[in-house]
Amino acid sequence: MCLAIPARVIELLPDEMARVSLDGVVVNASVALVEDVAIGDYVVLHVGYALAKIDEDEALRTLALLREAALLGAGA
Amino acid sequence: MKHVDEYRDGELARDLARRIALEARAGHTYRFMEFCGGHTHAISRYGVEDLLPGNIRMIHGPGCPVCVLPMGRIDDAITLAERPQVTLCTYGDLMRVPGSNGSSLLKSKAAGADIRMVYSTLDAIAIASNEPERQVVFLAIGFETTTPPTAMAIRLAQKKRLTNFSVFCNHVLTPSAIQKILQASDPGAVEIDGLIGPAHVSTIIGTTPYQRFATEFHKPVVVAGFEPLDVVQAILMLLRQVNEGRAEIENQYIRAVSADGNRKALAEIADIFELRDSFEWRGLGEIPDSALRLREPYAQFDAERRFAIVTKPARDNPACECGAILRGVKRPRDCKLFGAACTPETPMGACMVSSEGSCAAYWAYGRFRDRETGLQRVGAR
Repeated sequence: MCLAIPARVIELLPDEMARVSLDGVVVNASVALVEDVAIGDYVVLHVGYALAKIDEDEALRTLALLREAALLGAGA
Repeated sequence: MKHVDEYRDGELARDLARRIALEARAGHTYRFMEFCGGHTHAISRYGVEDLLPGNIRMIHGPGCPVCVLPMGRIDDAITLAERPQVTLCTYGDLMRVPGSNGSSLLKSKAAGADIRMVYSTLDAIAIASNEPERQVVFLAIGFETTTPPTAMAIRLAQKKRLTNFSVFCNHVLTPSAIQKILQASDPGAVEIDGLIGPAHVSTIIGTTPYQRFATEFHKPVVVAGFEPLDVVQAILMLLRQVNEGRAEIENQYIRAVSADGNRKALAEIADIFELRDSFEWRGLGEIPDSALRLREPYAQFDAERRFAIVTKPARDNPACECGAILRGVKRPRDCKLFGAACTPETPMGACMVSSEGSCAAYWAYGRFRDRETGLQRVGAR
């Protein structure tokens, strides 16, 4: 029920709607719940609504931490 | 898919798991509960437990809204849908959930009730706009993730002055359920050393509401995304907290979750909904302040008021272990019905119906191979 997927905003529409791409599949979604959405942003899409923006810098930091911890494991 | 594939790298997961095995103290058992069905699903699907050392045990929590909705509310929805003037709109997950006496929304639909599966509350609003002669009721269910879309539908109905749209509200609150599990003091209650906190619930409520679980209950909480590497990283973070004697709220899913959550969504929720004094959860019983209903100014959109719904108590199948499984006390394979009378084709309980339920996850990904199933027992005789 709480599953949501990352979608890329490709066009802003009237009434706080947007066209978003789910890995190439384009659908309309509401962006009424997130502030300052821009074209190119990735959002967390849930039942037709964007719930949050995905922060690219934080994503990269998380992946760096993952690789660092994994490296310690790989050397074991 | 960007922001998904990176977190499904098997090699990385195996290396991380080796790191976890190195840091886990021999002779110590770590019991971590993943609250959400989404996490349970990822753990089963990607075989996360198979990667972990034997002294780390994952306990599956009650974070599956379909699973915790008591049967009485399913009965209410069925009764509502069978009113001739009503069109009931529901997320697909609820169609097969058993009601009393073998009923379900799917069976009622087959018998002629106007029940429509929708992907979004926006679809329900479109139906209400296009069919003014129908009383369109949206069967609202879910945790804080799914509540803002319901709030937005009510907002939209108000804007469009729809007089034929209402919501049968069953929205429940995650922190109340976590508190109930941590407070459970009866013998046999599940003991946990740390919690993997919700992914998308936390995009809405933020990480602050979990603070009391660290300060009052001394349990570490790590909010984590739903991809397998998110879960494995969260387990490492929990393990380190336990080893270092810390109980803090940490955020692994920082790419989408902030401390304060989604202020816009929270403001809409606070404006439209208020706390119910108490609400029944399957498996957990009555929990005070754990669910939402519509505030008085929105009474016209409240199906409970419009159709004078009074929920009657209903009894689950006595052999079904959903309750104990939702509390984390039992695992799906501990249930006599699992894999025998109860499969996704013929679900006896909600944990098998919902794709997020523990039983469905165990069944779909073969996490029952170490147990002799009921069918095998029959065949061996």
